[in-house]
Amino acid sequence: MSTPTPSAPDERAGAVIHDLGYRGYDGPRLGETAVARALFTTGLRNCFGLGRSGRSKILPMVLLGLILLPALILVGILVQGRQLLHLDDQIVPYTTYPLTTQLLVSVFVAAQAPALISRDLRFGTITLYLARPIRRTTYVLVRLASLTGATFVLVGLPLLLMYAGGLLADLPPGRETGRILVALAGAMLLAACLAGPAAVVSALTTRRGLAVAGVIVILLVSYTAVAIIQGIATDTQHELVGQIAGMFSPYTLVNGLEHVVFDTKAATPTPPEGAGLGAAYLGVAVLTVLGSVGAMLWRYREVSS
Amino acid sequence: MPVIETQGLTKRYPRVTALDDLDLTVGDGITGLVGANGAGKSTLIKILLGLVPATSGSASVLSHDIGTEGAAIRALVGYMPEHDCLPADVSASDFVVHLGQMSGLPYPAARERAADVLRHVGLAEERYRPMGGYSTGMKQRAKLAQALVHDPRLVLLDEPTNGLDPASRDSMLDLVKRIGSDFGIAVLVTSHLLGELERVSDHVIVLDSGALLRSSATTDFLHTTGSLLVEVQGRPDADRLLGQALVEAGLQARPAGGVLIEVDVADEHTPDVIRDLTVDLGLGLVRMQERHHRIEDVFREEVATGVHPDAQRP
Repeated sequence: MSTPTPSAPDERAGAVIHDLGYRGYDGPRLGETAVARALFTTGLRNCFGLGRSGRSKILPMVLLGLILLPALILVGILVQGRQLLHLDDQIVPYTTYPLTTQLLVSVFVAAQAPALISRDLRFGTITLYLARPIRRTTYVLVRLASLTGATFVLVGLPLLLMYAGGLLADLPPGRETGRILVALAGAMLLAACLAGPAAVVSALTTRRGLAVAGVIVILLVSYTAVAIIQGIATDTQHELVGQIAGMFSPYTLVNGLEHVVFDTKAATPTPPEGAGLGAAYLGVAVLTVLGSVGAMLWRYREVSS
Repeated sequence: MPVIETQGLTKRYPRVTALDDLDLTVGDGITGLVGANGAGKSTLIKILLGLVPATSGSASVLSHDIGTEGAAIRALVGYMPEHDCLPADVSASDFVVHLGQMSGLPYPAARERAADVLRHVGLAEERYRPMGGYSTGMKQRAKLAQALVHDPRLVLLDEPTNGLDPASRDSMLDLVKRIGSDFGIAVLVTSHLLGELERVSDHVIVLDSGALLRSSATTDFLHTTGSLLVEVQGRPDADRLLGQALVEAGLQARPAGGVLIEVDVADEHTPDVIRDLTVDLGLGLVRMQERHHRIEDVFREEVATGVHPDAQRP
């Protein structure tokens, strides 16, 4: 059986070292936790274009830059002009910042959810994941976690920058630390409330453009509608209508919840007041997150290729 | 110990029966799984991986039950799907490292293994480019690399030569052969082209409409069709004359187009008998060669007649 092996025609001379022989692998094989962690990290990096083509890096990096820019300016003003302007507080409260920059956050989620979720379905890469030891459920949950984590980084990073600036400007450290912790917890919840529905929409289509449009519609349109309704409700003295409307956009939902629970400064004209509405806001938030997880698991239960 | 074993494996979809009571044993080495499109090849692979549940029956892969130990099987098996499965905006290098990690390899080991297997499949500098720009041949190599990155004990290759030009097809088949012989990994490779599998596999399984048509060593396939082509000259009716003499001598002989006679090989003395008869008749023996039958011929006959291969031609 000594057939001479003809060299493949496409091999360029000197480019490849031949005949090193195949080496097996006897090293450790990690369990599902380690695999899930690796999947999470790769997904998180991919959301910012890292480990992907150069073009994929542009949008997330530009958005990251844009969302940090106002925070940087605010810090600059606070540090430089604190005495002059008699500031003893952050110019924009931590919890309001995500609403101020909601357009950037929504565009990020709308662009990256399809890149992370639809991509595996469109290219059939999901088959390669399912053909590996990791469970289907784990795959779905980790993908959701990656998207949530990336959104949290985007929302949370400028807050941390403002916090650092606040400490630099000699704002009371205890008060600021308490506030930033509340704001970060809120950012986490916001990230989950944004990533969940965006992931569901992205999982329903393999067409990236369709998914982007779908997520944009859900996030931007809902926020705009809520803002308009709340504006009208304030003008017409129908505060309750505005308070209820606040539940229909993740941004106002989380901000309202922070206001009810931690008594933070509200970013909307009609924040929810009272335990009843607070409970309703909490219920909607929990429902959004768990509903998205459930819908994702349901969507993937029979995906095989 | 068989690598794959199935008993009464059945998969029914609402409209079609993809696998019909399949009993199968696959051993070490390279096994070719042959059948027309829709014969159930891909379905069988997906069931073995636990991607699709079987309707009834049982199967084990590397002594693990497909129903209860899917994760253990998937840790030991590499899978190269038939369809596209490569994201366009990731480089082959990054992608294979990532999938190595997904199979449980620590990051440094995954990197090392990825570099190794990418070299083995013949992806050189292009491994650092996004895979969206790859040719079909390069994509197939990248798909193969991800199936090998975790050093599996068995690889399931679904139509690895699909869409390749003849040159790439040849080098892909050489690769498959090396995986089985040099790498020491058991291979189950599907194709609807029988001639390909004849070249690389030690064993061939033929599926037809989800049922087992035949399973035997590749050499058996070729052996049962062993015959000689004989050409003689000296008289205008030389071929008829010799044919008559051969039949009288108890051999199976028939015209094989033109002046050729095809003689079935009864035993190792058959060539001697042909030679002696030719001399006795005063004819000149121009040539005597083995008729190179292909699995395709056997397959075609079996499908056409629906009988076992041992049955002789009419």
